[in-house]
Parts: sequence; structure tokens; C-alpha cells
Amino acid sequence: MTYFTLSLTLLFVLIPLLLAYYLKLGIEKDILVATARSVIQLLIVGYLLQFIFDQDSPIFMMLMVGLIIFAATHNARKKGINYKGITWKLILTYTTIELLTQAILIGLNITPATPQYVIPISGMVVGNAMVLSILFLNRLTSEVEDKQDEIELILSLGGSTKQAIHRQLLTSIKASTVPTIEKQKTMGLVQLPGMMSGQIIAGADPIQAVQFQLLILFILLTTAILTSIMLGFLSYPTLFTEQMQLKQTFK
Amino acid sequence: MTMTQTALTLDHVSFHIDDVAIIKDISGTIEAGKITAFVGPSGAGKSTLFRLINQLKTHTKGTITFNNEDVKTIHPMILRKNIGIVLQEGVMTPGTVYDNLALPRQLQNDTLSEDDALSFLLKVGLEERFLHKKAKELSGGQKQKVSIARTLVNQPEVLLMDEITSSLDQVSTQAIETLIKQLNKEDHQTILWITHNIDQAKRLSDNTWVLIDGKCRYQGPTNQLDEATDQRVIDFLEGGDQS
Ligand SMILES: Nc1ncnc2c1ncn2[C@@H]1O[C@H](COP(=O)(O)OP(=O)(O)OP(=O)(O)O)[C@@H](O)[C@H]1O
Ligand SMILES: [Mg+2]
Repeated sequence: MTYFTLSLTLLFVLIPLLLAYYLKLGIEKDILVATARSVIQLLIVGYLLQFIFDQDSPIFMMLMVGLIIFAATHNARKKGINYKGITWKLILTYTTIELLTQAILIGLNITPATPQYVIPISGMVVGNAMVLSILFLNRLTSEVEDKQDEIELILSLGGSTKQAIHRQLLTSIKASTVPTIEKQKTMGLVQLPGMMSGQIIAGADPIQAVQFQLLILFILLTTAILTSIMLGFLSYPTLFTEQMQLKQTFK
Repeated sequence: MTMTQTALTLDHVSFHIDDVAIIKDISGTIEAGKITAFVGPSGAGKSTLFRLINQLKTHTKGTITFNNEDVKTIHPMILRKNIGIVLQEGVMTPGTVYDNLALPRQLQNDTLSEDDALSFLLKVGLEERFLHKKAKELSGGQKQKVSIARTLVNQPEVLLMDEITSSLDQVSTQAIETLIKQLNKEDHQTILWITHNIDQAKRLSDNTWVLIDGKCRYQGPTNQLDEATDQRVIDFLEGGDQS
């Protein structure tokens, strides 16, 4: 695709822009900002990836993975301001699932340890984990706000903090993984997954593209559940004081 | 031959939330095996004081001791099992009445037999048919009774009860009053309880504390309450916050 044909695709932006203008939807600015951001961000990533692929050095590859984890943490931590030390807990969670994923893929010789594979897969895994952790933290916060009476009741009967928050923790873990699981159920029926579509457009054998997509789906499922469980058990203690009381921020 | 023993001691206890004093410099002792009533206007800090005693909140000044041990040094889980509290709201966990009664045992990785559950239920004046009812579907008064039974399952040394009869009708109130007397007489249970009703406090309690605006303005035998000299206490007793 040349830059000329790419600029023709801007026509697609013009349509919603005109519609929004005539219907007075008031989202013209948002559309422009979204367009500009996606163009700039993706181009930067494209050149960055090209640079890293050219270098073919594990150092740059790892730096890029670190950047992905950093960006995901930066995004998700805003949802967890009530949880002390959430930044480190997110980094620990994302790093763990990233290492686990790559250990399985590279260790079992499923994908090679090259930037072409490691970086996009890391992006998908950590990106999904980021969405999961935001869903999880939002849900846990509202569950605790909602059920503080029950949590305090269990504490008052001599229960531990883990026993007190057990139900809310499970509900939040379950709720945060639902979208990932639901998405898998309709996979291929409603829409072809982005990565698979990309591979097919780029000329790959559809069956091979499907196999690869399945691999990614299973990895995402595993890492989704792991993310919520790990983040849950790392973050719940910060909701309580040393004297095993629910912290005042939730009262 | 009886010797009065001290169950709880409060020594200059205060509690602040964001520099606002909720409990202001309260001192006093609670004798073991006695019934002590806590009365006072709404917002006086009665519920808060109970929460300090079993460390659902931590006092910001002073010392509270339980059997001569600083409550801050007792493991919270052990303290709360020994100082049982029936909270004002009658909170039920999801599940049946039986599930709620079994909860304290479950927290100790133990079980409660249905027979035992039933005997706790009967103790608070609820019939067998309630045992497998959904707890959240009970009336306010029934929830309150289940809360009492649930706390009793732990067999606490000291029992704190926060306005347990305020949502009960007259018959149920009488049943609970009988239960309180019985627990105290037969099991020598130390009981601290909060009530809005001064007549009820007089009927049932050996000692009474009057809390007004975070301070303790009277503390002594209930039968000498009418001889109190503090004007605020006199006003409160006359003003009749008798709800
Ligand atoms: N979380 C909180 N933040 C700020 N103030 C609080 C909080 N909890 C309680 N208070 C204040 O502390 C005071 C004492 O409350 P408490 O519930 O102990 O009163 P009470 O004597 O039990 O009243 P009632 O008879 O209505 O139950 C009240 O003025 C209340 O507004
Ligand atoms: Mg109260």
C-alpha cells in the first residue's frame, strides 16, 4: 500500500465526520482526535518495529516488551488508586504472564524467539491482561463498596481478611473473565479475529492462520484467568488495615 | 462466695475520624458476669464505642484491656471470637438461616450440626421452619434474632449487642429480654448492650453508662441512675428519648 492509497482511506473518516456534522452529534472533534491519534501512534509503532526487526537484537526486543508492560501498567493503575502499591502489583502480574506465555511458546518450540513473533504476541497478551485488570479492579472496588456490611460482619465473627472478602474476590475474578470467554464463544461466527484477518489478507494459508489464532485464543484465556487471580490475591490485603479492619476509604 | 472480676477496662479512650473526636476520653470498667446498658441520644457514639471494644475500629488514644490484656496486642481474630458483637444492622450473608448460623464455625474450618443450629435458633425464639429459609427474606426482627444466635455460636466470653430490640414488636422484645436474663443467669455471660429505651435498661441491667456527645456522663449501678447529678444526664433521662 502506498501513502497515496493510504490517504484515500481518509475518505472513510470523512463519511462519519459529515454525518456527525449534519446530525449535530457533537462528536466531530472526537472523531478527528481519534483519527489523528491512531495515525500517529500506529505509524510510530510501525517504524519502531521496523527498526527493532532490522536490529534483530534481543536487547531491543526486551526493551519493547518492557515498554508494552509499562504502557499497560500506566493505563490500568488509574483504576486502582485505592490499592496501595498497585503499580508494582500490575507490573508483577503482567511480567509473570508474559514470561509464562513466552516460556511455553518458545520452550515448546511453537514460535521462534524472534521479535516478529515475541512482540505482537506480547502486545496481545499484555493488552488483554490490561483490559482484564481494569475490569477486575473496577468490579472489586464496587463489590467492596456495596458489600462492606457483609465483609465487616465476617470480620466481627472472627474471620480472616481473606475469608471476609472471599465472596467479593470470586465475583470480581469471574466477572472480569466473562468478556474474554464470551468473545471466544462467537469467535469466527460474527467476526474474524483481527490477527487472523491480517494474516489472510497478507496471503497466509487460512488453515494455518486459524491454527495460529487458536493458539493465541487459548493463551489469552489462560492469561486472562491468571491475571485476575494473581491481581486479586496481590491486591485484596491492601483493602484492610493491620488490625484487620476494612479501610476507611471504603466506608 | 463471689468475687467481682473485671472483664473490660477503658482508660482515657478517644477515637477520631479526620481529627474530629467521636469518642472523647472515656474511662471505666465492666465487671464480668454483669449486664451493662449503654444509653444516650442518637449519634452519641454508642455503636462506635462497641466497635472499639472488639477492634472493628482502633481507638486513637488511651487503652482498652480485655482480661487485663491490651486489646491492641490480642490477635484481632481471637479477640473478636471472644468478644462477640451483634451489629445494629442485622446483616445476613447470602444463603439460608442455617448457612448464617454455621458461618462462625465455617470460619474456624469447623461445621455446625443441624441439631445444634436448631437449638441456637430456638434459644432466640425462632421456630424450626425458619432454619432453611433464605436469610435475606426474613423480616427485620427475624434477622436481628438470627444475628444474635449467630454470634452466640462462637460462645463469646463477652457479648456486645447493638439495639437488638429496636425493630422488634412487644412480644419479641420480651422474648429477647428473657433471653438476655437467661444468658446472664445460666451462662454467667457478660453482656453489654445498647438501647434507646431507658425503661428497658432499668429493667434489665446491673449497671448503666450514659453517653452524650462522645463523652460518658454517668457510669454506675442502674438503680442509682435517678440520683445522677449531671444536668445533661437529668435532661436526657427526662427528655425521654424513649423510641
Ligand atoms: N465513618 C464515619 N465518618 C464520619 N463520622 C462518622 C462515621 N461513623 C460514625 N460517625 C459519626 O460518629 C458519631 C457517633 O456515631 P454512632 O453510630 O457511634 O452513634 P450511636 O450512638 O450509635 O447512634 P445511634 O443511636 O443513632 O445508633 C455520629 O455523629 C456519626 O455521625
Ligand atoms: Mg448506633
